[in-house]
Amino acid sequence: MRLRNVVYFWREAWKSLRRNKVLTIASVSTVSICILILGMAVLMTANAGNVMKKLESDVEMVAFLDRALTRSQISQIEEQISRLDGVKSVKFVSRDTALARLEKSYGNKEYDLKSTLGKNPLPHSFEVKAKNPHDVPRIASKVGKIEGVYKVNYGQGVVERLFAVTKWVRAISLAFIVLLSLGAIFLIATTIRLAIYARRKEIYLMKLVGATDWFIRWPFFIEGILLGTLGALFSILLLAGAYSSLVSNMGSVYFIPLVTGGPILNQLYIALLAAGAVLGVVGTYISLNRFLDV
Amino acid sequence: MLVQFYNVSKIYSNGVKALDDVSLKIERGEFLFLMGPSGAGKSTLIKLFFREEAPTRGQIFIASRSIVRMKRSEVPRLRRNIGIVFQDFKLLENKTASENIAFAMEVVGANPKEISQRVAEVIEMVGLKGKENSFPGELSGGEQQRVGIARALANRPLLLIADEPTGNLDIDTSREIMELLFDINRKGTTVIMATHARELVKAARKRVILLDKGRVIADNPNGESIV
Ligand SMILES: Nc1ncnc2c1ncn2[C@@H]1O[C@H](COP(=O)(O)OP(=O)(O)OP(=O)(O)O)[C@@H](O)[C@H]1O
Ligand SMILES: [Mg+2]
Repeated sequence: MRLRNVVYFWREAWKSLRRNKVLTIASVSTVSICILILGMAVLMTANAGNVMKKLESDVEMVAFLDRALTRSQISQIEEQISRLDGVKSVKFVSRDTALARLEKSYGNKEYDLKSTLGKNPLPHSFEVKAKNPHDVPRIASKVGKIEGVYKVNYGQGVVERLFAVTKWVRAISLAFIVLLSLGAIFLIATTIRLAIYARRKEIYLMKLVGATDWFIRWPFFIEGILLGTLGALFSILLLAGAYSSLVSNMGSVYFIPLVTGGPILNQLYIALLAAGAVLGVVGTYISLNRFLDV
Repeated sequence: MLVQFYNVSKIYSNGVKALDDVSLKIERGEFLFLMGPSGAGKSTLIKLFFREEAPTRGQIFIASRSIVRMKRSEVPRLRRNIGIVFQDFKLLENKTASENIAFAMEVVGANPKEISQRVAEVIEMVGLKGKENSFPGELSGGEQQRVGIARALANRPLLLIADEPTGNLDIDTSREIMELLFDINRKGTTVIMATHARELVKAARKRVILLDKGRVIADNPNGESIV
């Protein structure tokens, strides 16, 4: 593409933005509002995802061992479990430790279970974590088959329901974001169509004197990118300000693990900026094609 | 031979048959009037030249190239060789006379030096010197049509097509515009003009094609017997 043309395209785009101030403001506001809503949805989804990840990563299984096992049998079992596919960590919990934990959960010294019961009723156990929490049920059934393991607990039933819920939450938020994006494209295309409609005579003339479709499109695309980026910029500033004050006000107070990592948020904001530019271009493309058909 | 139509018919999507089996030939350098009652198909015929409409049947050659089987991407090249003049001028109100003319060259990617040179040239040619910086709203109808003609000439077309270029002008102004078109024709550009203005055609003694209900009913080399 010739430099002369590039200069021409940018100048035309800029002229058009300045000439149709009302439409420019309308388009930028439309993009802003769309990106703002989209950004809120994405932030909510990201946070919901964070919560779900946390819940899921808490899922682990406990393998209770038969009583009369020797030390070497126990370490053999540990071997076998850690060799299973998808196992992240295996931690031995002796019956004494288990009892101490139990007592502690009842409020320290008040209950001396051992003397009450006469002996420690608890078995040795292994706490097994999976690399992917979704593998827990599968691994648990394998662990249960190992000789010397008499029972595996992982919150059977509850965990499956948790996974079902998180799956649906993820699918629904994804669908929500896709729908929002489509709505945004439609809204932006409609606004941009007004701007293009105002210049239909110019486009018709360009076509009749022999301008190529791309020569006509470029200034409009540049205009769309500028509108989209500008609109997105406004909404990101607003969104970033609101979210950071939200995080600093409640992030430390509640147990909810808000997404606060700088890089993740920055990536999100950059993605929203790009989304603004893309919405601008796609909106322009959709609206423009009809007028090029001369 | 610049233009050849072979058995061309045009039926619009609403079923109206605007052209019915039209065949004609136009030589380089000719001046040709298209006449006929309202609805005869003059504008439709004109639109076929630069592919604003495509024919339903038949074959059209311009400078020996078929424009019927032409790809969409080749249409701009065709149009750069054809200047179009409109009855309602179709000037951009927010551009001055010279900007309106330059526009036609800018959008086909001409370079700025070439543009300013050529704009001055055609302004001179159509007799608009001194009005370069006037906006269309500040010009008379005749002057606006001169801008329209200058714009059509900017890219040095082989063929100038005008659909009722004097339709919105009084008779004296129309005669001036006719003189300008004859002048352009004398300098070598082929001109095709659709019109209802019998007096102008009678005075011109040029070739006349008469259309009625989409058919060519007469083709007279100097217009006498028709008008
Ligand atoms: N885009 C269109 N769609 C459908 N029908 C059309 C279209 N354009 C023209 N027609 C019809 O085709 C026929 C020929 O119209 P055309 O405009 O070519 O006539 P014309 O000779 O230019 O008339 P006038 O002298 O009034 O300008 C008319 O019946 C008209 O209604
Ligand atoms: Mg007509």
